[in-house]
Amino acid sequence: MSLIATLARMEALREGRARPLATVRHRHLSERPMVFVPLTTAGEAGAPLGALFGTDREEPTLLVVPQPRDRDLRFAFLAQLAQGMLPYLEGYADDVDVEVRKGKDPETGEPVEVERELCRDAPQLLVPNGSGVRYVRLLGRSMRFRRTAEEAPDEPYPVPSRVPLLGRWMTHFGERALTPGSCLLVSMTDLLSRHWASGQSGLEDQHLGALLAWLDPPPGVHGSEAALRAETARDERGLLECPPAGPATDPAFDNKLLAPAITRYDAGLSGAERAVRDLVGSQLRPTWDHVWRGLDLLRELPPGDRVAARWEGDRWSYTGHRDRLRAGEPPQPKRDDAVTAAAKLVRRETDQVRLDAHEALDDPLVMAERRLAGEAFAGEVVAVEMAYSEGRSPRPRPLVSVSTHDRPHVEPGTRVFRRLAGKAQEAQVAAAEPGLVVVRLVNQMGRGRVPAEGTVPEPGDVVCLTAFEHDPRPAAPLPPPEETPWTHGGPPGEAAMGASAPDPHTAEDYL
Amino acid sequence: MTAPVGDPSAEAARVTEEILHDTLHSPRRGVVVDSPPGAGKSTLVVRAARELAAAGEKPMVVAQTNSQVDDLVKRLAKEDPRLPIGRLHGSDSPPDPALSELPSVVLSSSVGDLAGREVVIATAAKWAFVKDVPAWRHAIVDEAYQMRSDALLKVAGLFERALFVGDPGQLDPFTVVGADQWAGLSYDPSASAVVTLLAHNPELPQHRLPVSWRLPASAARLVSDAFYPYTPFRAGTGHEDRRLSFAAAGDGSAHDRVLDLAAESGWGLLELPERRTVRTDPEAVAAVATLVRRLLDRGGRTLSEKGTAALTADRIAVGTAHRDQAAAVRSALAGLGVAGVTVDTANRLQGQEYDVTVVLHPLSGRPDATAFHLETGRLCVLASRHRHACVVVSRAGVERLLDEHPSTEPVQLGVTVKFPDGWEANHAVLAHLNERRVRYRP
Amino acid sequence: MSTTLESRLAALRGSAPPRPMDARTLAALAANPGCGRRALLDAAGVDKGAVAEHLGRPAPFGQSQFSIVRGNAFEARVKADGCAELLRLLCERLGLPAPDEAALPDLSAVGPAGRAERTRQALEEATAAGGWSLLDHPMLRLEVAGSAVHLEPDAVVVRPDGRWTVVEIKSFPILDGCADPAKVGAAARQSAVYVLALRALAERIGRGEPEHTVVLVCPKDFSNLPTCAAVDVRKQLSVTVRQLTRLTRVEDIVSELPEGTTFDLALDDDRRTPRRPVEELAAAVDAVPAAYAPDCLSVCELAFHCRARAHECGAVEALGRGVRGELGALASVDEVLAAAAAGLGGAWQADGEGSAPAEHVSGGGCGVGGGTDAHGYAEDGGDFGGGDFGGGDFSGGDRRDFGDDAVTWRLREAARLRAEALAGTAAGGRA
Ligand code: SF4
Repeated sequence: MSLIATLARMEALREGRARPLATVRHRHLSERPMVFVPLTTAGEAGAPLGALFGTDREEPTLLVVPQPRDRDLRFAFLAQLAQGMLPYLEGYADDVDVEVRKGKDPETGEPVEVERELCRDAPQLLVPNGSGVRYVRLLGRSMRFRRTAEEAPDEPYPVPSRVPLLGRWMTHFGERALTPGSCLLVSMTDLLSRHWASGQSGLEDQHLGALLAWLDPPPGVHGSEAALRAETARDERGLLECPPAGPATDPAFDNKLLAPAITRYDAGLSGAERAVRDLVGSQLRPTWDHVWRGLDLLRELPPGDRVAARWEGDRWSYTGHRDRLRAGEPPQPKRDDAVTAAAKLVRRETDQVRLDAHEALDDPLVMAERRLAGEAFAGEVVAVEMAYSEGRSPRPRPLVSVSTHDRPHVEPGTRVFRRLAGKAQEAQVAAAEPGLVVVRLVNQMGRGRVPAEGTVPEPGDVVCLTAFEHDPRPAAPLPPPEETPWTHGGPPGEAAMGASAPDPHTAEDYL
Repeated sequence: MTAPVGDPSAEAARVTEEILHDTLHSPRRGVVVDSPPGAGKSTLVVRAARELAAAGEKPMVVAQTNSQVDDLVKRLAKEDPRLPIGRLHGSDSPPDPALSELPSVVLSSSVGDLAGREVVIATAAKWAFVKDVPAWRHAIVDEAYQMRSDALLKVAGLFERALFVGDPGQLDPFTVVGADQWAGLSYDPSASAVVTLLAHNPELPQHRLPVSWRLPASAARLVSDAFYPYTPFRAGTGHEDRRLSFAAAGDGSAHDRVLDLAAESGWGLLELPERRTVRTDPEAVAAVATLVRRLLDRGGRTLSEKGTAALTADRIAVGTAHRDQAAAVRSALAGLGVAGVTVDTANRLQGQEYDVTVVLHPLSGRPDATAFHLETGRLCVLASRHRHACVVVSRAGVERLLDEHPSTEPVQLGVTVKFPDGWEANHAVLAHLNERRVRYRP
Repeated sequence: MSTTLESRLAALRGSAPPRPMDARTLAALAANPGCGRRALLDAAGVDKGAVAEHLGRPAPFGQSQFSIVRGNAFEARVKADGCAELLRLLCERLGLPAPDEAALPDLSAVGPAGRAERTRQALEEATAAGGWSLLDHPMLRLEVAGSAVHLEPDAVVVRPDGRWTVVEIKSFPILDGCADPAKVGAAARQSAVYVLALRALAERIGRGEPEHTVVLVCPKDFSNLPTCAAVDVRKQLSVTVRQLTRLTRVEDIVSELPEGTTFDLALDDDRRTPRRPVEELAAAVDAVPAAYAPDCLSVCELAFHCRARAHECGAVEALGRGVRGELGALASVDEVLAAAAAGLGGAWQADGEGSAPAEHVSGGGCGVGGGTDAHGYAEDGGDFGGGDFGGGDFSGGDRRDFGDDAVTWRLREAARLRAEALAGTAAGGRA
């Protein structure tokens, strides 16, 4: 945590309510996101208990598994989930822009123009917290290798159609969520804690109810008190008034209410199913409302300038997955091959650098953190001295002196950048002493001997220079998987083929 | 571990011959060489490059940073001024200007320009952009333990076989983004290149350079025991072969007393009163600067197998964990009128060698130990740069800090446990230092 | 353990029966080794959960009966048919042919000590016999700070070559070869305690070779079929050994406590209802120095109580262990805010809604904030009462330079940059 963020948390603690960590919104928000609040059964891997989901705040769809250990009931749940979610997830697939790019003819190698479709918008899945994101991955994993009766007539336990497809979408969304700054699948706690500092620790921020209590405490109530209430207040039955935001349930709820209700359901008592349904719904609804409340708060922030550019990355990701599905590719393997793993890692690193740069450029408060860290500095131009490069056609290389309070970690020769008409103008530090940095501008000044109008700052101008690049350079290419070198085990062979084999079944499946 | 017997030079020479033999003649595609601090890694790389060139093999050499590449080029050109060398570099990372003075070296950002050179040297990052060229028959990969697995993946297609050389005890490669999902995979892209290589090719011949020529006898044992418990090495020189002395006697100050201790025993700990401080603890920084000043003022002299020499500023280094600490020490030194002493972080001191080092203990004054500060490699780098003596400056209480460090690390299935543990290594070094401690109250 | 210490500890516990230490509590010593409160209460066998409950801040965790049922069912399944499946898996993992038969000695005996004795016999015989044996829920003994602790691993396998392997059966899944690293870590720490106990036993009887690699048996993927993984616990072993030797410091903690301190809940005749006045109990608990950090919330029953105390003292650790890194000796939120505000001319206060300066001052009996160190400084530097910082005059006097100027400078800078950015007057970013 940066010192500025620490300070913000302390301010929040003293004031009793959250304090801003950003002046703009750094994540894309869909106009029509789908909120998904799942609950799972304690002690079971991927045995859902129920879920609330939908795009309409007033009318969520409630699905409940009255006996989570019953395979048929679980399949029915997944089928309904697929039915409810897939139209939304697939709904952006056909509205496309066509981009023309330069490419190579695959056979002749000649340069040709290649048309590529890019979906104009993409779905966005919102879950309450980080465990919700991981649960989407888990659900995806549990569904994508299942076989339907159409695919595999001999399958002893076929799943309803479309369930594997939902599994593949969830897997894709879950994987994309690991990319820094991506927005296809995001958790509300991450969104909120990115933009506001509560008066508690990051660990405690994982509790959506407590975090919201800091953001939006009841009048006259200190945030820490409101948060404590959210964490611990119990009703006369001993149940948490603000149930956990899932997917894990409150053990007291399990033991006191759910277990007896499920027992009654197992005994075939009338009204028992309804009772389980109401119970699960009662645990889900507060979280559902919280997610939407968080959304309201986020929507009050204006989006950062570069948010849309990053959302385009998500749209490409969505379009790419659409294409793989249409091409009939098999489900994502259980584990990545060497090249895919390396490619993902490198991509995520590049995206992290880009996100950090974008956020700083979009938001003075984030830039302030970088300035304090010595990675950027701002100040007033106090002198500009014209100078030129050596060589046959000298180019302008003006020396700009910036007076600053900041203490950047720069030394002569350090490359620094400033924003100029949507681009990054590069400069080199010529001298640095406390309070004054002299930089030599090296580009973006037009073609002539005289710098183009407005490309060189003037005395009195306030400038901000960063020691980080504004758009990271693309990483070096990786070989295609079939050319995986001997150092990494050679091309993935048979083993990788088996990687998408369905899971073994046992008669009783889950316990 | 029992100390190996026999003549260290003969032992080292034997191992070097085996390595070169395997490099040139092994039927396997790779050879892995572990090189503890100061065991002659660069010498080996230069020698292997020359022998491969002499055998008509025209090797490519992969190093990790531009300065490592520049150093290798210089050494190679010095050893063999007639060997045609190519230095491949990125278009916006020009090489050391000194290289353009070397007649046998051609510099270019395009590999095509270097086609005829006997040896072509570049960073892994630059090699990764080379494509559509016939594969080299031989490569030498330097600092292979600091290379990440994905970096090797990008360049391994360029060569048929390779000699991998590196120091397993130094800082591991890392990533700032989550890589947990690949933990336990043999080709985890965030792991070290050597780990991946050996997981897939366990049959490759592995060697270990057995003798540190840098570390004095007083340090080799401790560093070997604390950081290389399963792969011990020894010093190439005996206790009597190295000597650090001062022309001027000590003035009785804590600083001079700890310097005398270090001159005598190879180690010294200057311990400040326990206190929680900022990273750039001014008292500790001042103590470091004063130690350096006194080293110079007292007319230090070194005696070693290379002869006697004055202890000059360029033979002294200060090591820290963080950049801001290094910056603070630099300005404190400037305040004392000291110039020419290297002050840097462990990351940047990797591979360097000095006569005397002054180290600001990574855990000094901290409120808690963190994975960063406990990393085995960091302490190992800091404790193994010197030929004569190492003086550590620290606040008291580091031991307690270590003891109070919560050990609730997550465990990933399938990941080989790395030894030694930073926590244990820290305790081992501290125990050793405590016997050479001078307390100091500013 | 000296008898005086033992009696002191018994007095601390009061009338309640001792909660014996087990592998979990021993493994948990490493969770927050800086905390004297936890070390003492555990050593004295105090039921921390009951104390927390009576203090009105019950533990933040519980267990669902669904997971208990599932865990038991899984273990029963793994051990069905004389553990045949378990042995098969184990041998597969070890790369050995599965034995045709393995001995399953009967370990039943009266009481933990009796069972431990029976386990010793069985291990001795099994090792001498040189075949395969599987000890189902053996009872091991470990001397901890002078008293015996009884430990019960899920199973120990004896191999023909005399090696002993600890087996732990857990109900979290291994999915595509991966398992939740936090859970595996906890299992590894727990298993390390068993290995330690086995080592002591092997030494006592002069045979047997406990392995430092334990075997974890878990459900595979989404099924209830077992699979297993080997876990190297050498690191956990060394951590545990060190923490056990440090347990002796409990003696020092006890000696610093006021005479008559006790955590007795003064249970009523029904043996359930505590009658101890809450303030009294709280005072006793707070007399023991603690080291609260948010991680406590997931590992210690007293976490909500300690958190409330940390908040009252304004301890910075309450925001996370990591925040201290840049704060030097500043230990309370008020000190930090005051130092930061000094640079702003009180700007943040103008910005807030007239909030009054908080009344609490650091130091003086808070008993939080990293145990000994936070408050030890006052003696050392001699000039750091919490209130000193209010005025924001940091330059004057003969205050020793501990980097506090550097901290203050950075805090002021942070506050200035933050205020500028929020006011929309900052350079950089979108401004
Ligand atoms: S919750 Fe309290 S008693 Fe428990 S470890 Fe944390 S500080 Fe110590």
